[in-house]
Amino acid sequence: MTTITVGEPAVVGREAGFLRDVIAVAGRALRQIPREPAAVLPALFVPAFFYSVNLGALENLARQASGLNYKAFLLPMAIAFAVTGMSRAPTLVTDIQGGYFDRLCMTPVRRVALLLGLMAADVVVIMGLCLPVLAIGYLVGVRFATGLGGVLVFIGFSALWGLAFTGFPYAVALKTGSPAAVNACFVLFFPLFFLTDAVVPKQELTGWFSAIATYNPITYLLGALRSLITAGWQAGSLLEGLAALAGIGLVSMTLALAAFRGRVRRGE
Amino acid sequence: MTESASAITTQGLIRRFGTTTAVDGVDLDIGRGEIYGFLGPNGAGKSTLVRVLCTLLRPSAGTATVAGYDVVEHPEKVRVRIGVALQDAALDDRQTGRELLVLQGRLYGLRSAEIKRRLVEVLDLVDIGQAIDRRIGTYSGGMKRRLDLAAALIHNPQVLFLDEPTTGLDPASRASVWAEVRRLNTELGMTIFLTTQYLEEADALADRVGVIAEGHLVAEGSPEALKHSVGQDLIVAEVAGDDPGTLARLLALPGVDDVSVEEGRITISTSNGPATLSPIALALGEGGLEVKSLTMRTPTLDDVFAELTGSHIEAVGP
Repeated sequence: MTTITVGEPAVVGREAGFLRDVIAVAGRALRQIPREPAAVLPALFVPAFFYSVNLGALENLARQASGLNYKAFLLPMAIAFAVTGMSRAPTLVTDIQGGYFDRLCMTPVRRVALLLGLMAADVVVIMGLCLPVLAIGYLVGVRFATGLGGVLVFIGFSALWGLAFTGFPYAVALKTGSPAAVNACFVLFFPLFFLTDAVVPKQELTGWFSAIATYNPITYLLGALRSLITAGWQAGSLLEGLAALAGIGLVSMTLALAAFRGRVRRGE
Repeated sequence: MTESASAITTQGLIRRFGTTTAVDGVDLDIGRGEIYGFLGPNGAGKSTLVRVLCTLLRPSAGTATVAGYDVVEHPEKVRVRIGVALQDAALDDRQTGRELLVLQGRLYGLRSAEIKRRLVEVLDLVDIGQAIDRRIGTYSGGMKRRLDLAAALIHNPQVLFLDEPTTGLDPASRASVWAEVRRLNTELGMTIFLTTQYLEEADALADRVGVIAEGHLVAEGSPEALKHSVGQDLIVAEVAGDDPGTLARLLALPGVDDVSVEEGRITISTSNGPATLSPIALALGEGGLEVKSLTMRTPTLDDVFAELTGSHIEAVGP
């Protein structure tokens, strides 16, 4: 039997505060990562695979055609493969289906912190996933024209991209509560990503493909990332990249927050 | 905030889902420190009412207050003051029990030292033992229930909602939960709103019982008062054969308050069972019915439910 010291004030619940709520939710999400390696391992394997295959198949051709440093050119593609779709949305689906989401909603947590906490955890994971890809690039000789500061900005851009994209799977998770629908979100990645200059320089693109790539915001994200590696500090490229991220982020976060409001009000 | 002796009140509370009305005009006034049993069969509206009171669902009409706060106007103030263990232990199988309780404590704004202290207290209360550091996915159903209860208690709530807390538990786990409920109420003065479909659970734990059927509160009172409303004693005859005159003969007997007949069973409500038993046996025999058994017992809450609704609660025990 526990003895409670006389005079000790009783512990009572209170609202924790928004930041503490977000940190608590993010902490729970991050604790799960080492326990679910299957959720992260593909994000390590897939970029390494595509980077190696594309490099092996196209490096000589790219060098002969335009004297391009293809290893550096291709690195943003590998990063995009690593971080896109890396989200805890499947966890959210499990919470919804199992009723744990309801339990969390019955605490005094600011409810939007239940979503933002997961996204904060995603950003941490995404930044971590950038490191092995950058290490592969370093091993094959890729160096940043912008130095260490450029590496940090590169990671920052990658994290923002991962965050901007992750709004889509969260929106689907909250709207449908279906794991299959969440997994299907990755399909969005293909048109967004491959209809760009991810693999072939923009000046080599022709016709309809070139037109689509010109209007595809991912083209400008990749351009910003490449500029940090090959061209030095290019304010124009970086601003274009940020604008692209802001546009995609605005759409995805609007959808995610609308779905979140719908989910918590569905019961109400 | 309304300072009153009431821990939970509802007035004309209605909750609809499309064209279905799950809770239909329920009025409740539950005092602080009371154990209130909410009894009804599956689908009667018990869980829906709990979800409204716990701020998970908005009422379609009517009002509800919990711990002095309106559930629609001040849901955040309600949430700080309630603890909830829902029907299916809603836990995260991937966390350890300790991680889940610590997270729960953090979301209730408890500081690390407070969480540490409360962990010791609630774990002593619910007895999970060394399993607290194992993943919840490895827990038995009974352990999950106990952890769910611990999570509901981590912040010392004023009002505890237990939605069918012993459904699916073995008798030993059920007894353990009952003991914990009594202890929380007597030692901490916690108001407990307990939904159940088990008659003996409501009978054993509740100060007052509300009986719900098809969304309506059909009766309310102490278990004893409700049972006495059916009659002091019940005499149940299992019979074979058919005699249209039996019902009238039984009702004409002195001391017989009511008679109900269903599928080979005649239930006679009387204020004095021992004195009426013999005349009843004679009356049954006169009509030529074959009396297979004749027993006398005190009324149960199921008798109350049958009296009020014409049907029985299916679950008669966990």
